[in-house]
Amino acid sequence: MPSARDLRRRIKSIKSTQQITKAMKMVAAAKLRRAQEAAESARPFALKIKDVLSRVAAASGGASHPLLEVREVKRTAYIVITADRGLCGGFNANVLRRAAAEVRDVPNPAIIAVGRKSRDYFTRRGFDVAASYVRLGETIQFSQAKEIAKFVMDKYMAGEVDEVYLIFSEFVNVLTQRPVKVKLLPVETPAEENKGPKVEYIFEPSAESVLASLLPTYVETTVFRAMLEAKAGEQGARMTAMDSATKNAKELIYKLTLSLNRARQAAITKEISEIVGGAAALE
Amino acid sequence: MAKTQRLDIVTPEKVVFSEEIEFIVAPGADGELGILPEHAPLVTALKIGVLRVQQGGKFFKVAVSGGFMEVKNSRVVVLADTAERADEIDVERARAAKQRAEQRLASKSPEIDIARAEIALQKALNRIKAAE
Repeated sequence: MPSARDLRRRIKSIKSTQQITKAMKMVAAAKLRRAQEAAESARPFALKIKDVLSRVAAASGGASHPLLEVREVKRTAYIVITADRGLCGGFNANVLRRAAAEVRDVPNPAIIAVGRKSRDYFTRRGFDVAASYVRLGETIQFSQAKEIAKFVMDKYMAGEVDEVYLIFSEFVNVLTQRPVKVKLLPVETPAEENKGPKVEYIFEPSAESVLASLLPTYVETTVFRAMLEAKAGEQGARMTAMDSATKNAKELIYKLTLSLNRARQAAITKEISEIVGGAAALE
Repeated sequence: MAKTQRLDIVTPEKVVFSEEIEFIVAPGADGELGILPEHAPLVTALKIGVLRVQQGGKFFKVAVSGGFMEVKNSRVVVLADTAERADEIDVERARAAKQRAEQRLASKSPEIDIARAEIALQKALNRIKAAE
């Protein structure tokens, strides 16, 4: 049985750990709310651009554009989005496991790593990391997504890669994040939803040129949304992980306090019986 | 009461404006175009420029950095990378950005992206113009 002093020391150390996990949980909860709001306010733009794109694509009647062009796939690129930091349960591991399963059978995949965990994982395993974006901060800016989108679009148009996928964690709710794979390039134009009578649009200057400037924006928005979802998911996962860590610490403290009391009582009992024994010996 | 139409200005980060207005003039890719209520359905690309919006008989300006505009059923949706109302523009910052862009263009060093610096310059000039 450990001594009372050892037990006291352990309880103290667990208590301070518990304080840290509790604080991290609360910080994550606040950041989660902000991340969710950011994801929420990005939705109208994403929906609208999808809506306009489907209509323009339908109206331009199969106009071709380099970003739409389906080629024979020689090289595939993957944008893998993780967090910069750990301590968020299985969040990063789940995304990376999914990504690893995807690229296993792909010859010479190009990796675009977003987030430090993603970069470290793929560089350590000797993958070709074409670009990495780390330390993007707590609030994702649209300009950051734009930069990443520009990089892959340039590669795609230069013919260096023939397909681009996004692998990230979809935010289902605070407790659930699901790793998903989304095709980014070539762009698959969303089908037009048939609501009511078909409206004839005037395109200014022409459907083709609107399409040409709409497509890059659509790609940027898709990347932006993925990054926002991943951010919200990261904070959700961290909050959940820190919550259960705090609970575990509480349980451990309870158990240790119990054995501490038992050890203390045993020591007292021993002392009394020694005194009684000593007194008895004198008689 | 004059007829009105709904105007939504949306950027990837948030909805900037969503109110009833009377008239809007937008910098279309092929030149400016004015939209009154009950305009025919239209989709256009926008240049970096200034939106002029009439609401309650008064005009106000919004600086946009490219994007799209969709018009349908007296509803105008502007999708832009950034959009700032003239009274929200930080002129000092825009001036500083203008100077930076000009310096970069003037330095002519090979590692700068000329196209990018030019766009930055245009955006800065556009902001200053809208604020004045």
